[in-house]
Formats: sequence, structure tokens, C-alpha cells
Amino acid sequence: MTRILVLLLGALATVIFALVILVILPGTLLAKVDHAPELKPYTRQELHGRTLYIQNGCVYCHSQQVRDPSFTSDVARGWGNRPSVPADYRFDKPHLLGTMRTGPDLFNVGGRLPDAEWHLLHLYQPRALVPWSIMPSYPFLFEHKQQAEAGDKALKLPASHAPASGVIVARPEALDLVAYLLALKHNYPAPVPKPAPAANAVNKP
Amino acid sequence: MSQDPAHPDPAHPDPAHPTGHFRHHPVREATQRDSAIDHSKVRVSVIDTARFDASSRAPVLLGFLLGILWLLQGSLLGDLTSFKFDWPDLLSAQEYLTFGRVRPAHLNMMVYGWASSAMFAVSLWLMPRLCRTPLRWPGTAMAGIIIWNIGVFLGVALLLTGVGDGLEWLEMDRRLADPLLILGAALVGASIWRTLADRKVRHLYVSVWYVAASYPWLVIIFIAGNLPIYEGVESAAVNWFYAHNALGLWLTTINLGLIYFLLPKIIGRPIYSYWLSLVGFWGLALFYSLNGMHHLIGGPMPSWMIATSITASIMMVIPVLAVGINQHMTITGRFGAMRYSPALTFIVLAAMSYTAVSLQGILTALVNVNRITHFTHWTIAHSHLGVYMFVTMSLFGGIYYIMPRLIGREWPSANLIRAHFLLVGGGMVLYVVALGIGGVLQGLDMLDAAKPFEASVTAAKPWLLARSVAAVLITLGHFVFAYHAYVLYSLSKTDVVPQPPFFFIRPVLVKNIK
Repeated sequence: MTRILVLLLGALATVIFALVILVILPGTLLAKVDHAPELKPYTRQELHGRTLYIQNGCVYCHSQQVRDPSFTSDVARGWGNRPSVPADYRFDKPHLLGTMRTGPDLFNVGGRLPDAEWHLLHLYQPRALVPWSIMPSYPFLFEHKQQAEAGDKALKLPASHAPASGVIVARPEALDLVAYLLALKHNYPAPVPKPAPAANAVNKP
Repeated sequence: MSQDPAHPDPAHPDPAHPTGHFRHHPVREATQRDSAIDHSKVRVSVIDTARFDASSRAPVLLGFLLGILWLLQGSLLGDLTSFKFDWPDLLSAQEYLTFGRVRPAHLNMMVYGWASSAMFAVSLWLMPRLCRTPLRWPGTAMAGIIIWNIGVFLGVALLLTGVGDGLEWLEMDRRLADPLLILGAALVGASIWRTLADRKVRHLYVSVWYVAASYPWLVIIFIAGNLPIYEGVESAAVNWFYAHNALGLWLTTINLGLIYFLLPKIIGRPIYSYWLSLVGFWGLALFYSLNGMHHLIGGPMPSWMIATSITASIMMVIPVLAVGINQHMTITGRFGAMRYSPALTFIVLAAMSYTAVSLQGILTALVNVNRITHFTHWTIAHSHLGVYMFVTMSLFGGIYYIMPRLIGREWPSANLIRAHFLLVGGGMVLYVVALGIGGVLQGLDMLDAAKPFEASVTAAKPWLLARSVAAVLITLGHFVFAYHAYVLYSLSKTDVVPQPPFFFIRPVLVKNIK
């Protein structure tokens, strides 16, 4: 090659082509997915919990997607009763699909493990509940107090992980994060996409 | 097909195509003219080369310095991340050091701090050499490197305090850190393209294509990836469009440019085939940019998007083999030169790793393999084969070649280079093999619904421990390397040179003997 312009235009053309195919086209196609009526926008508290989920990098070990049972064990493991579809993520910004399953999938964790106290205890010290777990503990979401005050959520720790004196109390952050986890409940049937008018026109001669 | 300097007379065209339109093909003519000139005439005197090197000296050394500092910090955070798999309660009391923050901090330090800073330096050094003219706008380039690094520092610091965008590879804050990164890359790119526009050679060497094209690519994908307008699964599509292209159209391309320069330079033999270089470059530009969705196989994306990416991933066989064959045929028969050139040793290892990691990537994009390896530590092994064994090894080779030429002295110790090579090379082989095996075992256990999830965790544990050992070895290697670079640099402060370095002596050409 001897021309700079060929290099520049060729380089721009290839990357813009890829942008159109993988970003702009899906953007126009996916923007208006109708979500199932059971899927509700996150509450303020759940959204704050979601921010904490992002801040503390839960996504690096937990995915939030259920794949087709024909070639994975996701449904058989009880991680969901159907593959997840784009409409399930209508309110997710940014997405938290994840690429690692060092820990189990959380797409349906609110349905699978609906006990808030279990989650609080598990966040404080996963190995108090699951001895083989390699999940980090999150003691900074909790507070060590001599005595629980009114409205405090005190943990019922097993003796092996309990402090020598006083109680472990959940900070608001821990409660918000658990609220978000419990909101991850996609056990409704997948929404049926409305047939596009163009498709109908093609079908009717 | 080899461009043979032994036939310098353009009056006698290539006997392979004595007649017909081939003779008048403009590209072919240009190639022949440029490659047919006697090398002793093309080789401008070492004085000229020293002038080009001097023009880029300050930004190049700055890029290497900042890069190496990031490399050391990033390795320590990488070690900590790895240890946290083995001892999950390690340093978990502080939110700043929780696993979910040090892991992305490690990635960002390595990709944007270490690799990108060193790649700025490498490209700023390559362009004057290849355009045979001093670097234009060196101050702009210098400012670009500094602004970029401030951006990375801010981004990583915010990430550790819990401020980030939450997308893998795009974690750095889009309001405070990312504008600085875009500006920094654009400034370095401006210096690169300005130098290219003022070039004193007609023909653009293959390294120039890769290096020059990388800058508009990086700026475009980085802006596209960071726009705050995406939601739901589209945000996932953009995320992986970016993350894969950061590897394919930035990390890969600059380093392929460097390898294409250093391989023939060190062994004194031209690149095997111009046409294979062309296929490799444009094939990569076209197919690599479409690969991203293979990170979401089986996910909630329209199947045509995933199918597009799987197809493009398989098509990557073409550019990967083109580059692999081209580079292999260039060096074949001269592997012995690796004994005398540490730069060549690292570069050859990097070139082979590029072929290996690309073939592994193609394999992983196949649905039958992906159903086992997706979501497992295999992915981490794969990314380290790419970003470390290929990109970082290539940058080490580049630094071993470039630094002495800018400082005017040889590396002081062959043993320190050996120690560096053995530590990082051995460490990384252990890393990739251990995590690769661990990942497959983990994936097989996860795929078998009869086994509890616990099985997939415990199956990977011993391999994660082996990875931690590898991580420590690699970090040791980095400290050896940084110490050696420091010694070399501090020698430049003393004025007596005991003997001139070999590269100040007019090079003797190794003739292509048939």
C-alpha cells in the first residue's frame, strides 16, 4: 500500500461496518421490546442495591442469564424455569449478564433463595452457611455493636463465626443489596413478542 | 514470493511472471521497486537512524517508564486477586480491597496502564523509523501520554472507591476518567498521523498499516463503548463489541506491527510475503471487529447476532494463518538467532502465542466447546494467553530492543534478562495450563446437572492455587525486569561508555544465500 487515504478509509469502513451490525442495528431492533407485565421497574432501594452489586464487582463471579436447556444444564440446576430473553432485561442499565460462574447464576436468586436473613448472613460470612464456598466475605456491609438498637437487623450467627461480645448488625447497604437480590425473580412465563406488521403482510398473499 | 534483495535490477522483472498485466500492476511495481533497491542504499546511515530515534526519545522513554510502573502495581493487584480465590477472607475487611474491586483494577492497570502506555511508546518509536523522518509533534504525543495516564490513575482510584460504569473492560468512570483517555489517545494519534503524512518513503510498510490504523480504531470503539445511552441486552452487545475490539483492534494490532518490524530487522531478512501481510491486515480488520458476541453464546441475544460473531470468529482462521505463516516463513531457519537476541526470543514467543491464542479463541467460539468452557476459568487462561503471552511478551521484546538505542548503552546483565525470561515465561506457561485444566474440569462439572454446584468449585480449587504460584513467579520476573531497566537508565547518567554498543557500528548485511 502506498496511499494513506486508502488505509484511513479502509480502517474506518471496517470498524463502522461492525458498529452498524453489532451496535446500531440491534439498538433499533431491541429498543422497543415489550416486557412481561410481571416484570416491574426496580424500586429506589433495589436500585441502590444494584449499584452496590456493581461497586463490589459481584458480576465478576455471578452471571444473570439462563441459557437454552437443549445445550446447558442451567434450567436443570434450578437457576430458572426457561431461558432468559431480551425483555427480561428491560430495566437493566448497565447490563449485568456476566461472563463467569465462579459462583452460581443469580437470574432467579430471589425465587430460589427467598430468605432475606439467609442472604445477610451469607454476605457477612459465606462459610458460616456454605463451608466449601470461596466467595469473599463482606464485613464492611455490617456493623459490630455492643447492643442492637431499635430497628436494627441483628444477625443470628453460629457460635463459630459470632463475635466474642455484642452483635453484628446489617448496615443499610447490606439491606439494600439483599433487597436487590430478592428482586431478581424471573419465574413468570416469557413474554410473547407481538408479531411485527411487516411479517403479517408477508404471510398474507 | 519473497522480496529478494539479491536481484536489484528492475530492468529484469520477476521471472515468475515474465509477461502480461502482472508486470504493470501498480502495487506490484511499487513493491518490486521498493524491495529491489540494494539494501546498503536503503539503509540510511546510522546517523540518520539515530536522528529519528532522538526525535521520539522523550515520549518513548516516558511511555515505557509509566508502563513499567503500572506493570508492577498491576502485578501486585493481580496476585492479591488470585490469592483471594485461595483465601477468600484475605483482606476482605476493607471495601477498597474487596475481590470485586481489585480484579477490575488489575485488568484496567494492565490493559490501559501498562500495555497501552508501552504501546504508545512503541508506536511513537516505530513511526519515525518507518517513515524515515523525525517524529512530528513530539510534545503533543508527550502530553497525550501524560493525559492518558492521569485518566487511568483517576479511573483506577475511583474504581477502588466504588465509582465505575460497571461494564467489563469499560469500568473506568465515563465522566471523569474516560474523556482524559480519549483526549490522550487522540493526541498521540495526531502525532502518529502527522508523521505519517510527512513521510519520506513512498511505500507503507506493513507495520505502518497496523500502528496507524489502531489509533482511529481505539478512539472510535472507546467512544462507542462508553456512550451512556444503552440499556438492557444492547448494553451487553456494546460491552462485548468494545471489549473484544480493545483486544483485536488495539492490543493485537500495535503488537503485530511491532513484531512485523522487529522480526525481519533482527534476523536481517525481509518479510516472506507482501500479499500474506495484506490478507492478514484486512482480514483482521474485517473479521475481528465482528467477533464480540461470542462472549454471549447462549445468552439472551438475538441468535443472528451470536451467529454473526461465531461465523466471524471462524473466519479469523484466514488472517491468523496468513500472519502466522508469513512470520514463520520469515524466521524459519534462523531460530538460532534467538540465542544472541533476547528481543528476538520474546518477539518469537509472542508471535507464536498470537497464532496459538487466536486458534484457541476460534475453538472456544464453537458451541460444542463453549458449552463447557463458557463461564469458567478457561476464559481467564485464554485472556492471559492473549494479553500476556502475546501482547506483554511482544512489548518486553520491544523494550529490550528499543531502550538501549535510546539510552546509548547495552543492557548491563544477560543473567537478569535470562532470569526475567524464565520467570515470566515459566510462570505464564504454568498459569495458562493450570487454569485451562481447572476451567475444563469446572465446566464439565457444571454441565452435569446431576452434580451439585459445589463440585465445580472444589474441582477448580487446586488449579487456582497453582495459578497463584504462577502469579508470584510472574511478579518476581517483573521486578527483575524493572530493576534491570532502572540500572540501564541510571547508567545513562554516567558519561563514560566503556565500549560502543554494537548497534552504533554500521550493520553488516546478512545476504540471502540460496
